[in-house]
Amino acid sequence: MTGILSLITYSPLIGVVAILAVRGLARPGANTDGAVRWIALATTVATFALSVLMLSGFDQGASGFQFMEDFAAFSGLHYRMGVDGISVLFVVLTAFLMPLCIAASWKTIDNRVGEYMIAFLVLEVLVIGVFTALDLILFYVFFEFSLVPMFLIIGIWGGQRRIYAAFKFFLYTLLGSVLMLAAVLGMIGIAGTSSIPELMAYKFDPTLQTWLWLAFFASFAVKMPMWPVHTWLPDAHVEAPTAGSVILAGILLKLGGYGFMRFSLPMFPQASELWAPLVFGLSAIAIIYTSLVAFRQTDIKKLIAYSSVAHMGFVTMGIFSGNVQGEQGALFQMISHGVISGALFLCVGVVYDRMHTREIAFYGGLTQRMPWYAAVFLLFTMGNVGLPGTSGFVGEILTLTGTYQVSTWTALLATTGVILSAVYALSLYRRVMFGELNNPALAQINDLEWREVAIFAPLIVSTLYLGVYPASIFNITDASVQALVSAYRAAIGG
Amino acid sequence: MTPQLIATVLLFAPLLGAAIAGLSGRRIGNIASQSITTGLLFLACALSWTTFLGVALGDVPDFTVKLLPFINVGDFQSAWSIRIDTLSSVMLIVVTTVSALVHLYSWGYMAEDDSRPRFFAYLSLFTFAMLMLVTAADFMQLFFGWEGVGLASYLLIGFWYKKPTASAAAIKAFVVNRVGDFGFALGIMTCFWMFKSIEFAEIFPQIAARAGTTWSFVGRDWSAIDLACVLLFIGAMGKSAQFFLHTWLPDAMEGPTPVSALIHAATMVTAGVYMVCLLSPMFEYAPMARTIVTVIGAVTALFAATVGLAQNDIKRVIAYSTCSQLGYMFFAAGVGAYQAAMFHLFTHAFFKALLFLGAGSVIHGMHHEQDMRKMGGLWRLLPVTYAVMLIGTLAITGFGIPGVDLGFAGFYSKDTIIEASWAAGRENPAAQFAFVVSLFAAGLTAYYSWRLAFMTFHGKAKWGEAAAHADHAHDDHAHDPDHARGDAAVHGHDDHGHHGHDLKPHESPLPMLVPLILLSVGALAAGWAFVEYFVGHHQGEFWHGSIFNAATNHILHEAHDAPAWVVWAPLAVSATGLFIAWYVYVLNEGMGARLAARKGPLWRFLYNKWFFDELYEATFVRGARLLGDLFWKGGDQKIIDGLGPDGVSAVSLAVGQGTGRLQTGYVYHYAFVMLLGIAGLLTFALFQFRG
Repeated sequence: MTGILSLITYSPLIGVVAILAVRGLARPGANTDGAVRWIALATTVATFALSVLMLSGFDQGASGFQFMEDFAAFSGLHYRMGVDGISVLFVVLTAFLMPLCIAASWKTIDNRVGEYMIAFLVLEVLVIGVFTALDLILFYVFFEFSLVPMFLIIGIWGGQRRIYAAFKFFLYTLLGSVLMLAAVLGMIGIAGTSSIPELMAYKFDPTLQTWLWLAFFASFAVKMPMWPVHTWLPDAHVEAPTAGSVILAGILLKLGGYGFMRFSLPMFPQASELWAPLVFGLSAIAIIYTSLVAFRQTDIKKLIAYSSVAHMGFVTMGIFSGNVQGEQGALFQMISHGVISGALFLCVGVVYDRMHTREIAFYGGLTQRMPWYAAVFLLFTMGNVGLPGTSGFVGEILTLTGTYQVSTWTALLATTGVILSAVYALSLYRRVMFGELNNPALAQINDLEWREVAIFAPLIVSTLYLGVYPASIFNITDASVQALVSAYRAAIGG
Repeated sequence: MTPQLIATVLLFAPLLGAAIAGLSGRRIGNIASQSITTGLLFLACALSWTTFLGVALGDVPDFTVKLLPFINVGDFQSAWSIRIDTLSSVMLIVVTTVSALVHLYSWGYMAEDDSRPRFFAYLSLFTFAMLMLVTAADFMQLFFGWEGVGLASYLLIGFWYKKPTASAAAIKAFVVNRVGDFGFALGIMTCFWMFKSIEFAEIFPQIAARAGTTWSFVGRDWSAIDLACVLLFIGAMGKSAQFFLHTWLPDAMEGPTPVSALIHAATMVTAGVYMVCLLSPMFEYAPMARTIVTVIGAVTALFAATVGLAQNDIKRVIAYSTCSQLGYMFFAAGVGAYQAAMFHLFTHAFFKALLFLGAGSVIHGMHHEQDMRKMGGLWRLLPVTYAVMLIGTLAITGFGIPGVDLGFAGFYSKDTIIEASWAAGRENPAAQFAFVVSLFAAGLTAYYSWRLAFMTFHGKAKWGEAAAHADHAHDDHAHDPDHARGDAAVHGHDDHGHHGHDLKPHESPLPMLVPLILLSVGALAAGWAFVEYFVGHHQGEFWHGSIFNAATNHILHEAHDAPAWVVWAPLAVSATGLFIAWYVYVLNEGMGARLAARKGPLWRFLYNKWFFDELYEATFVRGARLLGDLFWKGGDQKIIDGLGPDGVSAVSLAVGQGTGRLQTGYVYHYAFVMLLGIAGLLTFALFQFRG
């Protein structure tokens, strides 16, 4: 199946072309929105089908890159693609969430529908490209440009304070990008190659590693986001349209974690070990601090955004524990969080679409009018709390176990997250769903409609399936993670 | 059917029922939902007894069914499995028997509720999670069941979600349990660190060899096995409502009474005891942890019994009594008499479920009144309930004649615990403390149990027209929090909202009486029938290795040699408790109310449950709020944003004042910078590779 990665990556462009064609060919003044929506949905579903096809051909026993594509472009530049157990699931996750985002925007977006769908399709190309690129330059291009459509989505279809949010987003990201760019240039200069597999095998001087590590860290830490560079996220989420939040939380937050596992750990192992205590400290702070902040929020979306920061703390902690449990847990946590936080933002979207407010105090007693919504929201709340049986549990316990072997203090502090997550998530659920239905504005609120049920169904199935049978994921990631860990251990001499 | 198939069917039957009632309850209707869940539970119950008879008393060997891998990461290997031995099969019969009876009972108790399918779905879901817990073969499945029952408990406590007190109690239960699970999770990590495995079958054989492992922390070497056991015990403290983590259990009485009987008396709250007994191979090598278990258990037994003395809500009295009895089970395990702990767990399940369901029958008959001060004289109107409550009371107070060895269920199990703690107390000060406490608390138990019976069933009727007037005239508990809560219960779900005080209390319908009668058979005979197996001469063959005693642990044997004064003392103290209760509440009726009305310091201390809720509210709850606000408004908004993006933006806004259209501008700026960067990168790379 050589070439399938490029096919998956660029297939959304077919939808872009089709949308442009429909709009170009339509009579002036004709409403093409309906056609545009269907084109976007069909394209993203097709991309997802292709990604599943690719996964079915993926060799679970192999630790190296698969479906490799490599051809020289010009002047020594190469176009390289490939996936291994660490990246393959992110491709599938992205392709999985995209059709749901299109469906979630079906009714709520009625302004510049064509541009909106094109932004999402282009975003999909760029994000999948991040996970499939095996050339550092190609990676950098995808990585940095993936933010542009996100900017547009927030900036054009966002809420009232979208200017502020987009600005904050920009400022944080810019700093990281510049440093990372310098590091990328340096690495290519020293190693004489931009091939990621070759760079992974290259042994950088430990002192140099320190600087390179810090430069990459600046970029990835913002993307995660780690404490204290997390404050862009709540604002971005609050202003973004629902589908934008889903992609932001579900996919874009994973770029940082993927970067750590693809670059920092294998390419700068000594530096990773050196700086691990820093990451542990920041992760533990993130978990406790942002959980407490989440507890005090009055806006549903902000609360969930802060809880995302806390959950990403488990990921960073797990990655830098450098053992199998930590890495597998971090990978799993990222996939699971992609599903659960995406679903939670969709849950917020359900009531926001009906009432146009995200103020927690506005709601209360919704269970009476919306029993099915209550059940769905409860399931994802429990996933967020990390209840065993949902996918949220597995990543937490594994990253904690992995970290415990390396740094007991970090694990001890991070485990308080299991208490705090229950505090903020259940109090949110209580304030929105339980009690008497006192607000007269809610008296006629309707339960889920079939379109919403269809969006939630795959997310419910995924949350429970991954929670009960996470082995299905570990079987895919195992070989690559084992290779990553043994290479790391060998490099740091442990 | 093979034993393996039986075990599989009995495990999944409740899940099937929960799924049917939960997902299509509204389509198939109330009666179908109730019939399906209850029917499947009785099936599970019958199969559990088959399993128990085969494994514990017959010749079916212990077995484990492996269903599916769960988490498989390196040495961290866990599988969904069904592990059956005597210990787990004892739990199977306890859980499924009480659950089946509670399902049946709920037909009557919940008859007027309009979301019965949801209720039965939750009950069955709980049962499934509990069965997963007891049949776990590794820590992950144990934790799954552990938190699964926590979820079901949360859902059922908050079942009447419109009531603010119910949803508050539900959250409190979940969060306090999570505090316990914090310890539990760390305990699991410690085990994995020590043994490189989380499977019981892998861990247990290694323990003797690794018991000496130490763990350096804050400059000291600690025994790792002690540490692991203490952490795991913190989990047990949460689930079993032990001292410090007990505050959720009384509030959990906000849930419907059948729930209190099943979850908060007979099964879920005993999960902590079960865990300690299951992990007896570890605890036997952890003397420090066992001392902690003993002390916490004994303190809880005493603390809860004292609080139970002063409560007026019938369910809260029984809740504190549960808390106290769980303390007995823990210190029994702490002194090494795991068999006695399990025996008390077993008998307690019957008589405590009986007491709760009996209380439910009273509440039902009293039109959702829970305040015992408004009851009295009910024995004539609720004769069956009265009879079974008497049996339950005799059972919990451990009534029996030591000389002829004949008594109610609690007599056998509680006296074994008291004798075991006496035997252990000869060398172990913690056990000695537990022994003294156990005798004293037995007296208190008798007092509050009989107080409940007398206030409810005897004396003058304090309900109805005449009593209602007198009641308002006194009006001394109009500001009473319990009283207010009781009223909310009536109005919160308007089953009986339209009934007035003028209706006479009535006996409960047959679906409620049948479970009561069956449970009273258990409260009568469960001790006498099983004493020889659980703690008597046949205990070795009965448990056949599912509970581990170190070679030096002869506690059960020594308990049998207790001198006469130890053997007779429990009867003497319970009789004293009975006598005082009779003196205060029957002979001098009204004396109890007068004592309470004086509001002396001791009464206030006990009535307010040693002020634990106030203490936790002032420290943890307020602390979390303050810290949350501090981090949010101080940390994020002032410091991080103020120095970071907002500071920069203030500067740049000042510079670029009036340019307008900021947002699109930034996107273009960004894109421009990116393009420049990438152009630079490409240029550099081109030069690089040319050479």
